Amino acid sequence: MDAKQRNEAYNQYVKAKIPKTRPWPTLFNSFLVGGIICCLGQGINDLILLWFPNMAQQTAWGYTLIILIFLASFLTGIGVYDKIGKFAGGGSIVPITGFSNSITSPALEFKHEGIIYGLCVKMFTIAGPVIVSGVVASVLVGIIYLFI
Amino acid sequence: MYYLWVFLIGGFVCMLGQVLIIKTNITSARILVTFVLVGVALEAFGLFDYISEFARAGINVPIVGFGASLAKGAIGAVKAKGLIGAFTGGLEATAGGIAAAVVFAFIFGLIFKSKTKK
Amino acid sequence: MAKIQTVKFKNRPVIIGSYSIVGPKEGQGNFKNYFDYIMQDDRFGEKTYEQAEKKMIQHAIIGAIEKAHLKTSDVDLLLAGDLLNQIISSSYAARDFSCAYLGLFGACSTMAESIAVGASLVNGGLFNNVVCSTASHFSTAERQFRFPLELGNQRPPTSQWTVTGAGSCVLAQSGKGPVVTSATFGKVIDWGINDVNDMGAVMAPAAMDTMLTHFRDTKTTPDDYDLIVTGDLGKLGSEILIDLMEDQGIKLGLNYNDCGQMYFTREQSALSGGSGCGCCATVLNSFIMKKLQDGKYKKVLFMPTGALMSTTAAQQGETIPGICHAVVIERGED
Repeated sequence: MDAKQRNEAYNQYVKAKIPKTRPWPTLFNSFLVGGIICCLGQGINDLILLWFPNMAQQTAWGYTLIILIFLASFLTGIGVYDKIGKFAGGGSIVPITGFSNSITSPALEFKHEGIIYGLCVKMFTIAGPVIVSGVVASVLVGIIYLFI
Repeated sequence: MYYLWVFLIGGFVCMLGQVLIIKTNITSARILVTFVLVGVALEAFGLFDYISEFARAGINVPIVGFGASLAKGAIGAVKAKGLIGAFTGGLEATAGGIAAAVVFAFIFGLIFKSKTKK
Repeated sequence: MAKIQTVKFKNRPVIIGSYSIVGPKEGQGNFKNYFDYIMQDDRFGEKTYEQAEKKMIQHAIIGAIEKAHLKTSDVDLLLAGDLLNQIISSSYAARDFSCAYLGLFGACSTMAESIAVGASLVNGGLFNNVVCSTASHFSTAERQFRFPLELGNQRPPTSQWTVTGAGSCVLAQSGKGPVVTSATFGKVIDWGINDVNDMGAVMAPAAMDTMLTHFRDTKTTPDDYDLIVTGDLGKLGSEILIDLMEDQGIKLGLNYNDCGQMYFTREQSALSGGSGCGCCATVLNSFIMKKLQDGKYKKVLFMPTGALMSTTAAQQGETIPGICHAVVIERGED
């Protein structure tokens, strides 16, 4: 048996050996927490519109997202968001709060390498690809719409 | 009673992220990229507004909403200003969110230190 | 002439002092009663985790020297290594010692690598007192190899928990203590695993290779040892090793265990177990040494494994090479 065959056989053996986790509890947790975060966003949005009835819906959404981002960033700073994440998984990664967490957490982590090369540079280690892919895709969509 | 819809749809979208994690052991950067692209696609095909109408925060709070705003901004600006809009529209529409995330990360990054997990 | 992998130490270098220091979480694990020092705070009074790791190594080196009833000026050579890029924790710690220094990188196998090299030099009569040391820190490893600490993600079930801790021991020509009687230097083995979250599977074939070589070269069987212990294969990795050895016709019995698997209690949610240089180093220099001194164990095969990976190579899609070095430590004469 040559090395390549052996490696393939070993990879298959390992794959079968990896313990299977029961997916239902984590799926339920992510559903629960994700739902709660979205309801929180809806609540903030409704309160803003209640207090400022003349505000445009679009502007209210802007404020809502900024408040959610602020909350997530703060919870990351005091070391709570990673505990929520451990429980919720996708439930706290997919909402905009997860995006905020992915920017704040490396900022905290790498501040000791300096403000410029640590905090500012590393801030986008996780969120960078999100912004890049989003911008590239949106520009493409815009150009396509130019022709249709 | 639309909060129920917000909860159900928001929870469902997040659960899809968890399904991805379990199935593929994907990292959070990849999850976020995937969902942003899904948002861009939904908006590009004009589906996002239909979902948003009854899902409200349930689809706008997940990062899908961020992708949709990018695409919506680009499409709107293209119609108003032509080609330049494709480049300016997306970031204009999402500038608030990005700036907020950067500013708060900067401030809290200066104030707090990372703590070891237990 | 046959290739040499296993060496016998006829002059029996003695481990005259050993010391272990661990973090707070490790201090609540299964070996809590054996460690010399448990830190209250894993920053250890320093500004950054990297500095804390460096200070842990220094602390462990000085502790081992003191337990050997020596002065730091008595040490001829320091052998140390760790997981950080350019092994900074060890090299920076070595600044404060006025002795020759060799930096070693064997990833998590560094403890055995340093003892094997140290014992060779002492056995040959070239050095009198050699200090072997290694350390790892959860927070420094996490940010170098994985994600920021505050990122809200879930760890896959095969992932392991890097032990915060440092271990040191002093080897000498003569004295009281357990003796190093032989060592098998391992080969780099790569069986094509590229999952950075599954180090046990990466390293198990290396452990198998070294173990087979060792048993063949020394003409021993698993039954000749009171304890055969791997470093940080974890739950999954040690099960794989048992399977691989069985395929080779060698049955590992109850005297086989894995430091990473034993390290934490079930409640501590360390998933597949402990890992890192500090994992096996702190177990060896606390629990195992104590049991050798008490006479509970007479002959121990200590064979930690290392995954010789870098994040750059892993991102480029390279498979991960593993290595395993083995040393035999026996109870010395009283």
